[in-house]
Amino acid sequence: MVKGGLSVPLALLMTLTVFAGSAQLAALPLMTAHAPIWVVWATAFCVNLRFVVFSAQWRPFFLRFPLAQRVAFGYFSGDLTYVLFMRRHQEPRPGSGQMEYFAGATAINWLSWQLPSVAGILLVDAIPAHWGLGFAGVLALLGLALSLLSDRATALAATVAGAAAIAAFALPFKLNIVVAIAAAVCIGLMVDGGGDAGRRGRDTLLRLLQRRQGQAAGGAGEAA
Amino acid sequence: MSAAESLITIAGLAAITIVTRSFFLFSGRELVLPERVKRGLRYAPLAALTAVVAPEILMTQGHLIDTWKDARIYAALAAAAWFFWRRGILGTILSGMAVLLALKFCLGW
Repeated sequence: MVKGGLSVPLALLMTLTVFAGSAQLAALPLMTAHAPIWVVWATAFCVNLRFVVFSAQWRPFFLRFPLAQRVAFGYFSGDLTYVLFMRRHQEPRPGSGQMEYFAGATAINWLSWQLPSVAGILLVDAIPAHWGLGFAGVLALLGLALSLLSDRATALAATVAGAAAIAAFALPFKLNIVVAIAAAVCIGLMVDGGGDAGRRGRDTLLRLLQRRQGQAAGGAGEAA
Repeated sequence: MSAAESLITIAGLAAITIVTRSFFLFSGRELVLPERVKRGLRYAPLAALTAVVAPEILMTQGHLIDTWKDARIYAALAAAAWFFWRRGILGTILSGMAVLLALKFCLGW
């Protein structure tokens, strides 16, 4: 961040308030390139869209708490907390230590993100950028993604998402992530879709094709 | 960006973090998601993570990499192998970084 032109106090403020690593990574190059502020915000929003989905799944667990607490829980729940928690707890059971588990995971996650971040900001000149230590963050997200793979449908969805994200990379505002989510959800619903979604999809395509051919034949007839 | 602009940008980013993270937590009323939406949501987090990670591993400056001499590929493979062997995130990061740094410093990739 400091390498990107932010002063040390601003960089500290950013890491302490914007508790979202991937959004920071996406926003910083734009900020140093003097992109308009709304572009920075739009990009961060797209990168953070996955948390909107996560929040839907946190809902049943947090609903019995007052609004301020719910929002605080949401704010502190990162990728890692989400994956670990959801793997362990399938449905809400008050009083069974779920919230304690959440608090512990969140505290560890927060500290292990903030301490190295602050260290990095203060030690910026001690570690050369070409070592590529930033790749550790990518590897952490890779591990999280792998831990969400559970069957063939999810594996296929992930493959499609990766390919779509690369193919659509040139889109502005990191919209390639939105494209990838849409593609993966479609594929996922098609392959797991209650047994006959694949057949339904094929039927729809065939119907469209026939109509197209019918139109082509009709058009040819008129021309003649 | 001036300090004031940076400050506004950062405040906005913090607000975005709160809004996205708590999106479905603001309303206290019952919210029933259709079955199809629920099934679709199963794939969205995985897709988002993959979409963030894949370009970071396989692209350089907006282009698909066209060489095998890229340390990131082998670092990611090593990390994935570790994950399937041991299922730990920390080991995944460390094994991947070990391969990355070894290839960077020994072979200059």
